This record gives sequence, C-alpha cells and structure tokens, in this order.
Amino acid sequence: MISLPIINFSVIYPEIIILVTAIAVLIADLFIKGDRRAPISLIALAGIIMAAFAIHAQWGANVSGFSGAIIVDNYALLFKYIFLVGALLTLFLSVWYLQREELFSGEYFFFILISIVGMMILSSSNELITAFLGLEIMSIPLYLLAGFDKGKLRSNEAALKYLLMGAFASGFLIYGIAFIYGSMGTTNFDEIVRALSSDSLDTDPLILIGISMIVIGFAFKTAFVPFHSWVPDVYTGAPTPVTAFFSIAPKAAGFAILFRLLTVAFSPIFVNLSTMLWVLAVLTMSVGNLIALTQRNIKRMLAYSSIAHAGYILVSLAIGTSKGTEAGLFYLLAYTAMNAGAFGMVILLGHKGEDDLTISSYGGLSRRHPVAAATMSLFMFSLAGIPPTAGFIGKFNIFSNAISAGFIWLAIIGVINSVISVYYYLRVIITMYMKPEADSVTTVTYPPSLLVAIILAAWGTLHIGLFPNGWLLFIRESVVGLYQAL
Amino acid sequence: MSLGLAHFLVLSAVIFSIGVIGVITRRNAIIVLMSIELMLNAANLALVAFSAFRQDPDGQIFVFFVIAVAAAEAAVGLALIMLLFRNRKSINVDDFNLMKW
Repeated sequence: MISLPIINFSVIYPEIIILVTAIAVLIADLFIKGDRRAPISLIALAGIIMAAFAIHAQWGANVSGFSGAIIVDNYALLFKYIFLVGALLTLFLSVWYLQREELFSGEYFFFILISIVGMMILSSSNELITAFLGLEIMSIPLYLLAGFDKGKLRSNEAALKYLLMGAFASGFLIYGIAFIYGSMGTTNFDEIVRALSSDSLDTDPLILIGISMIVIGFAFKTAFVPFHSWVPDVYTGAPTPVTAFFSIAPKAAGFAILFRLLTVAFSPIFVNLSTMLWVLAVLTMSVGNLIALTQRNIKRMLAYSSIAHAGYILVSLAIGTSKGTEAGLFYLLAYTAMNAGAFGMVILLGHKGEDDLTISSYGGLSRRHPVAAATMSLFMFSLAGIPPTAGFIGKFNIFSNAISAGFIWLAIIGVINSVISVYYYLRVIITMYMKPEADSVTTVTYPPSLLVAIILAAWGTLHIGLFPNGWLLFIRESVVGLYQAL
Repeated sequence: MSLGLAHFLVLSAVIFSIGVIGVITRRNAIIVLMSIELMLNAANLALVAFSAFRQDPDGQIFVFFVIAVAAAEAAVGLALIMLLFRNRKSINVDDFNLMKW
C-alpha cells in the first residue's frame, strides 16, 4: 500500500503565478512581431505585481507542503519580496536598454521570470534536493542571460565562463549533498537538526566535509573569495541590466539558503563552521575592496564592490544568531536598492555599444547634467556607507551586532575595509565634479522607464537610511519565526 | 572479497578528483564540460551507493534530478560553445581573454 504524499499547492502560488506569466510572455512573443514588442514587458510586470499580492496574502503563514520539502514562512516570503523587487527594477532598467542595443525579445523576460521562480523555490526550500533544484532553475536562465548579446564576443565569453564555473560549483554542491545524505540518511532540514542535536558528542567528519562542499557550491553563486574569479568577467561582459540583476537577485537567493542551512539546519554544529565563515568573510571583504581600488571600468569596479558587499553580509552570517541574520537581511535590502540605482545610472550614462564604460568618461558630468551627477553621488555615498543613506545604517547594524556577539576582530577588519572602499567610490564622485570634461561628450537622454527604476532605487536608498525603524521591524517580524523552533 | 560501500565511495572520490583536475588543467572548453560531467556522475555514484547501503530510495531519486539538470546544463553549454566558435573560431579557454584587469 503506497500512501500518497501530501501536496499542498497553495504554498507555491507565487511561483505558479510567475511561471504562468513566463509562459504567457513566450506565447505573446510568438504573436507580436518586430518593433511592437514593448507590451511584452507589461505582461511580465503584471505577473510580478500579482505574485507580490500572492506573497502578501501568505504573510504570517507558517505551513509546509510537498511532504515538508517546501516551507512558507515569513523569512522565505521576505526573500521572495526581495527577488520580486529585483526583477521589477531589472524590468524597468532593461526596456530602454534592450531597445537601444536592439536586443528586445520575449525570451529575455522569460529567462528573468524563470530564474525568479528558481530563487523563490530556493528561498522556501526546506530540504537539500529542493534547494539544488531551485539553484539550477535559477542558474541556467542566468547563464543564457549573460550571453544575451549574442553578436558580442564579450557577452559570449561571459556566458561560457559563468556556465563552466556554475556547473563546476554544482558538482561540489551535489557531492556535498551526497555526503550529508550518506552520513545522516536524510536531506530534510528538520530531520537534520534532530539528527545533529541527538548525537552532538562526536561529529562525523563526513558531515563536516559535506557541509563545507555545500558551502563551496553556494559560495560560487554568492561570489565569496576565493570562489569569485568569474564575477568581474561575467559582470563586465553581460548586458548592463543583466549585470544589475546578477548583483542583486542571485546573491540574495544564495544568502537565503545559506542563512537557513547554516544557522538553522546545521545550528547544532555551527560552532565548527564559524571559523570557516570568519575566514571567508575576511577574504571576501579584503580582496574585493583591494582589487576594486585599481579598476578603471565602472562595471568592473562595481563587480568587485559587489564581492566586498557579499563579505559584509558574510560577517552577519558568521555571527550565526537571529540578530546577525536580521542585520544581514537589512543589509541585503539596502544593497538591493543602492546597487540597482548605481547600475541604473551606468545604463543612463552609457551609449550604444558600451565599449567605453570607464570612470574617466564621467569627467565634468556635474556641469552638463547636475541631476544625474547628484543621483550617482547618492548611490556612491550609500555604497561607501556614508550617512544618511541606507548603506550606512546597514553597515552600522552588521558591525555593531558583530561586536556585541564577540566578533571584535571581524568588526574591526570590516570597518577598515569599508574605509578603504570609500576611496574608490569617492573617485567616481570626484571625477564627476572636479575633473575636466571627457573627450567623448555623453549625450544623456532620460527615458521614462529607466527613470522609474532609478527613482525607486533612490527612494529606497534614502528611505531605508532616514527611517530605518519600520524596515527593521519588518525584518524582525520575518526572522523571528525562523529560530523559534530551535 | 565482496564489494562494500567503501569501494564505491573511493571510486567516486577518484572520479570526482579526475573531474576537478580536468576542469582546472584542460584548455578545451568541450573537455572542461566533459570533466564537469565526470564530477556530477561521481556524485551520482556516491548517491546511489549510499542509497543502496541505507536501503532508502531518496538518493536514487536525487540522481534522476541530477541527470536531468546535467542534461540541461550540457545543452546550454554546447550551445554557448558553438556560438563562441562561430564568433571566434576557437574553443580554447585561454583564448577567451577579452576581459582582464
């Protein structure tokens, strides 16, 4: 007698909505030809908004479905909000850019939506096999997005490098999962906690090898040093809105699973993992910041800066308490807003072909386009962590939590790093305000869709910075359920 | 001598290492892709061995997922390699050096 598994489809309503939208986008792309394709992006937009309502309806729930493989709690829902905001911003960043580069097609939005589905599954997975599936559903469209500019060698290279590194990382991930499965006989997080806390006296080395390999697998996705080598090339080669998407959503997805996996499922042996995370955090912050100092290309500079920002969030992961998780999630929110804004400005100030995206091409921008220069400065200040922006509150939160949890050296190294980072962010501002005009005068047009994205990002950056209390409460509400069972 | 779990695990570790070394040292993009395939199949072998050892079907089900994902990854990978070959007339990883800091 086979008992049927309990499948609760209501737990994946947001995923289903996005999936149906993605298919609708593909079908619409078949029937709409040529230059009249712009409404396709509206279908994607409608799907994202509907999914946001579905998430809103689920808020406060704590249910699992698919025999415990999928869990819907506020923590997962918060991440789903972040992914949707990332997708929304990317949508607004993309439309004009795709038309400018003559790349507009339905597949682009299909890939974005499908990878969002993968991220949503990843954030609410309560089991390793589901997490692996979510990761792959997220990653495969990302490889294709990196190579979306098919005629450009740079974009081809970015896609292949990303694919080879991503698949390499998947190999480690699966091997790690095999070890965990072999030593514990389960892949379910709840059962892993139970198994680990029952015999905590002698930890099986297989478990430690397994979890380390799983961390390596996810570290490639979230770009921790020394698993970052693909980041600068892929970020530079991919079309700029895709780069913005890469730096926001997959990174958040990687952290979503890492926080749940390490600080909840593996909480009984977290002490053994803390040192590894400590080392990873220091390496990621320092290497990211130091190499960013030497960059001339703005996209490459932002790529290294995104590595450094992943390092700051790693500090909050190394703390391993619910306070640390809160600080990490708050930083992710702030990072989403400010990084999307910075890339939006890069798109706005770029020109067709994008061969010359050097920082020096922004010389004298403040005289010709004072508003654009001021907005870019806002995002740079926020990334550097200067008040009253979101970046400052985020960093303050992480480092003060690290100190109160006893990670004083980690906090000191973090603060030193964030001081180093001020140099290269300020260099952009100095170029805009104090350097003579560049030879090639950038003509700036202000397309409405792109402006919506930049204004949203600027509003987020300022609002999180000036009124952080509401956001902090929102995050506390979403994290509190995660650690209740422990 | 009967075959035990350890034999399978050692074999899978050897295959996995061959895959990792292949990814790191080989310069032909298709061979790199094949080495990644070796890594995935080494993990599959370990999963099946654990699954048989524990008399639990979960591991074998996971293997099916891994095979499906590997097929998707290989399809995308070969498409990208073909695109690059069309644009550059080479599939040597060292030639992909447009972007360096």
